[in-house]
Parts: sequence; structure tokens; C-alpha cells
Amino acid sequence: MSEIKSGMLRKEPLIFEKSQPGREGFSLPPAEVPRLDKLPDSYLRKEQPTLPALSEVEVIRHYTRLSHWNHCIELGTYPLGSCTMKYNPKINEKIAEIRGLTSLHPAQSQDDIQGALELMYILEKELCTLSGFSRVTLQPSAGANGEFTGLSIIQKAINEKGEAQNRKKVLIPDSAHGTNPASVVLNGFKPVEIKSGPDGYLELESIKPHLDSQLAAIMVTNPNTLGIYERNLREISKAVHKAGGYVYMDGANFNAIMGVVKPADIGVDTMHFNLHKTFSTPHGGGGPGAGPVGVVKALEPYLPVPVIEKNEQGNYFLDIYRPLSIGKVHPFFGNYAVLVRALVYILENGSRGLAEVTKRAVLNARYLRARLSKILDIPYKTNTLHEAVFSDRKLKKETGVTTMDVAKRLLDFGVHPPTVYFPLIVSGAFMVEPTETESLQDLDAFVDIVSQIISEAKSDPDKVKTAPHNTGVGRLDETYAARSKILRWKNKK
Amino acid sequence: MQKNYIFTKSHEWFDPQTNKVGITAFAIEHIGDVVEVELPEEDEEIDKGDEAGTIESVKTASEIFCPVSGTIVEINEELEDSPELLNESPFDKGWLFKIEPSDAGEFSELMNIDEYSKFCAEEED
Repeated sequence: MSEIKSGMLRKEPLIFEKSQPGREGFSLPPAEVPRLDKLPDSYLRKEQPTLPALSEVEVIRHYTRLSHWNHCIELGTYPLGSCTMKYNPKINEKIAEIRGLTSLHPAQSQDDIQGALELMYILEKELCTLSGFSRVTLQPSAGANGEFTGLSIIQKAINEKGEAQNRKKVLIPDSAHGTNPASVVLNGFKPVEIKSGPDGYLELESIKPHLDSQLAAIMVTNPNTLGIYERNLREISKAVHKAGGYVYMDGANFNAIMGVVKPADIGVDTMHFNLHKTFSTPHGGGGPGAGPVGVVKALEPYLPVPVIEKNEQGNYFLDIYRPLSIGKVHPFFGNYAVLVRALVYILENGSRGLAEVTKRAVLNARYLRARLSKILDIPYKTNTLHEAVFSDRKLKKETGVTTMDVAKRLLDFGVHPPTVYFPLIVSGAFMVEPTETESLQDLDAFVDIVSQIISEAKSDPDKVKTAPHNTGVGRLDETYAARSKILRWKNKK
Repeated sequence: MQKNYIFTKSHEWFDPQTNKVGITAFAIEHIGDVVEVELPEEDEEIDKGDEAGTIESVKTASEIFCPVSGTIVEINEELEDSPELLNESPFDKGWLFKIEPSDAGEFSELMNIDEYSKFCAEEED
């Protein structure tokens, strides 16, 4: 495989460094009305703010040049494990941009926004169908916000039973998402780590010692961060329920089971969806996302307010009179445009289409796993669903080249690196999730590139250790950056 | 120098002569370049096995587990400005804190240098 070169890549200084005193983007005519200086002196600036001064074309060129340094899903493979970086169909964007939706004000009268409410109502129903839950709140703004919401609901339910003093323990397998323990602590619970079994599965035996009157819940990422489907979850759920606890499922990896498994059927009480991952919203820049939370019937009363209902006349309305609700978890209705994209994605695929998405995502990941396991070390032999986790253990011993080096070298070929050094239970983890949108040719190209890098590691390790070579900036000194932080630009006068 | 040190399975060392606590070269090798160290407060009482701070590297954040129960009597203040001491000298200049042990009987529960070396060799496989 050949490395990529971008003909237009150039060094670009900071916009502050390009600033020229007095230069402006717009030239406004002199004001025709007298200037009023009514603000008291104490509120007026004594010095001009140090904003960069540039012309319009200079600003446009600056950001366009910087955009050439970016990698995005529209440019190439983006196999970032656990993030489900699938291609986001452009029709989602078109519909999310409909003026009737974008120019609504969230405080508008409910009579004026019937269409917008209907859209949310339908999305909730669709998510209920896919998950088996009885209700879903669309408010949470991302996965972690969803975790917080789901756990708050569990806490409220425990509180209503008068057991809040006792039930503080939340069990979290070591193969769960890193945000899980944080959400547990934020809700006043105490996380207890559960070791996964030798094959990467969560075992009922390791849960048993914790099944007591202090158990609040178990929080399971399924499939887990190794990409393994938790086949024991059904019996674990039963045991947890019997002990008076609840089952929370982190649904970040829903792309591996959507349309095939309904979490409520395997005993899950509440779960968050990551709409931006599974139901296609661009999320490489860190948001905005949406993390709707589904609940079983028994937890319905505690859902955040408002919930959307339909009255007998067929009108949609926001129900805020819910005395047991945990309250609001996000201003207004959540990140609305993400909800629009998710509904478009669901409707354009249909139920069979969504199941097909899942099957192809799993097929792609298993194909990569089968081919890459011939050249990379694979620590868990158990078959996986939507992603595969490799280790640099052998490579490092034989060549000194680490997962980080391989990841950096991938950039020279125009491929975004996979997730690295996560999950923590795999040393030097290299976590690949191709998603359903990569073609066989893209997958083969990825395998060829990784193979080439592994041969380079043996023949010319320095080339890999000093990568990337073709990007706008080379290998960054992360240690130096973290130890001597420069967090903002300062005017050197 | 670390001949008389004793070790935990979570890779902390304890020196019964100076009462200093640190983490081992083996652990530092896996943690990578340390960029920040969070230490307990002086006079804090900590039980064996409880969290006594965190070590943040460019790769990961790791917890420090207290190797013996006792009261913190001194912390290595140099680490605040020079976290790299942990990488450069984990058994000496990179010590984390001094603890006044409350139960010397706990010492025998830790590994000696030979046992610890063997433990690390097994971890590597």
C-alpha cells in the first residue's frame, strides 16, 4: 500500500500570529448618528482586547488550510473502537436542516410545535420497539449523561422502597466502559469491580458474593469493551433481581445487537442508547450527542420530565405533572437535531435494514479479526461481535515497536488510528471497530496497511517509531506538553 | 538498596527502615511518562489496600494503594514540580510518602524482593 501525500498541506501559524494591527474583516461606513457613551467609566475597557485582526480572506484561508490537516469519515477509514464511527448518510443532514425544525424556539407554545413533538413521540416508540423497554426519555445529551440519568432513576426507585440507606453497591465488570464507575460515584453509589472470566465473559460465579441487601445494581456494557457478547447476562439479571438489585446496560455498543437482541428481554431494567454512534450523527469532534434512556414499566414513574404524551384528540403534549420524576437532566428537549437524524436513519433502514446493519457490522469486524489475528497478537480467543481487540505484547518484545507507534504510522497511509490502550485489561490494546459502512476493499486495504507496518517494524523499526512522517505535524512530545502546559496564547509585548 | 524493601501485588514498595512508600520500576515501565502525582494529606490515616493517591501518565491514570496501614507523616513535595523523578528514580528520589505504620504485623503479608521478582516475571507472560 502506498503512503498518502497531500499536495496542499502547509505550515500554518496561529491566527494570533498572523494578526496585523488595524486590519479588519469589514469596512463599515461612518455612523450617521452621534455616539452615546452612557456606560459608567468603571465598566469600560481601558485597553483593546487582544483579538486577532485579519481580513475576511485571511480568516477563510487560515481555517480552510487547517481543515486540510483533518481526518474525517468522509476522507477515509476510521476504525475507532468503541466509538462506532460509521458513515453518516447525508440525507440525515438535509432533513435536520429543514427550516421548520431549525427555526423553532424551544419555549414556543405546544400548539405551534406539534410536528416537532410528533417526531420525538415516534422516535421514542421506535427506540422502545428496538429495545423492548416501555418508555424512553430523549433528554440526556450523551452517553455519560444517559448513565447518570439511568442510575438516578434506579436510585429513586430504591429510595421509594425505603432502601436507600443500605443499597449502595454497584457492580461493574473490568470490561465495562470507563465512564461507568464515574457515573456510579456521581450518583452517590459505590462501584465494585468484578473481574471478567478467562474467556472475557462476565461469570455468574463472580457476582454471587455480592448478591446481598447492599446491592443497588449491576452496570454491564454489552457487548463489552472486548466486543464479546455477555452470554451470561440473562441469568446474572435474574440473580441480581432476586437480590433486590437493578440491571443497567451501557448501550454504547448497541450497533452490535440492534434489531437482533432486545435488552429488556434479557432482564435489563434500564439502558442508554448513543444515538450519535448507533443512529448516525457526526461525532468526531466530541459532540453534540444524544443518550436517550429506556426503562422497563416499573421504572417509568421516575423518568425525567417532561415526557411526551398524545391525548384523545390526537394532540401531542408535554406532561410535567409526574410527582415521582427525578426532574430534568437537560434544558428543554435534549439535542434535538441528533434526534432528527436518528429518526431519519431508523425510518430509512426499517426494521429489517437495521438488523442488516448489525449483521454487516459484525461480519466486517469478524473479517478484520480473522485476517489481523494472523499478524497481531490476540489476547482473548472468544469470538467477538462488532470490534476486535489486539495486543502489542509480542510485537513490543520482538521489535520494540508499540501500539502507539503502529497507530501513528497508520496516519501516513490516510487511515485514522483505532482506539489504543483501551480496554485496560489488554496490555497495549489496539481496538478496531470497522462498522458496517466499510467495503470489502476498504477492509482489505486496512489489513494490507497494518501488515506493511508490522513488516516495517521488523525491518526498519525506526521508521515506525518516528511516525507520522506525512502529516502536518510529526510525532508530538506528549510528555513535554503535559508537564509544561501552555493552555492559552499570550500576547508577547 | 531495595534489598530490604517489601512489595505489594499492585506494585507499591515499602521500606521498613525509612517508612517510605513508592511504586516499582516494573510498574513505572508500564505506566509510562508520569505527568502528575496526587498524594495523600499529611496526618491522614489510611488502611492497607486503600487508595492513597493517583499517578497520571500520558497513557493512563493509576491508583496508588497503601501497602501498610498507618498515618501519613510526610509527602515527597518535589514530585509536584518534578513528576519525572518517578520515571528516573522510582526506588529512591521518586518515593511518594512516608507512613507511620500502625501494625508491623502486616509487613509479613507483603512480598520480599525475590518473591516480587518472580511475581513480575509471571505477570509479564
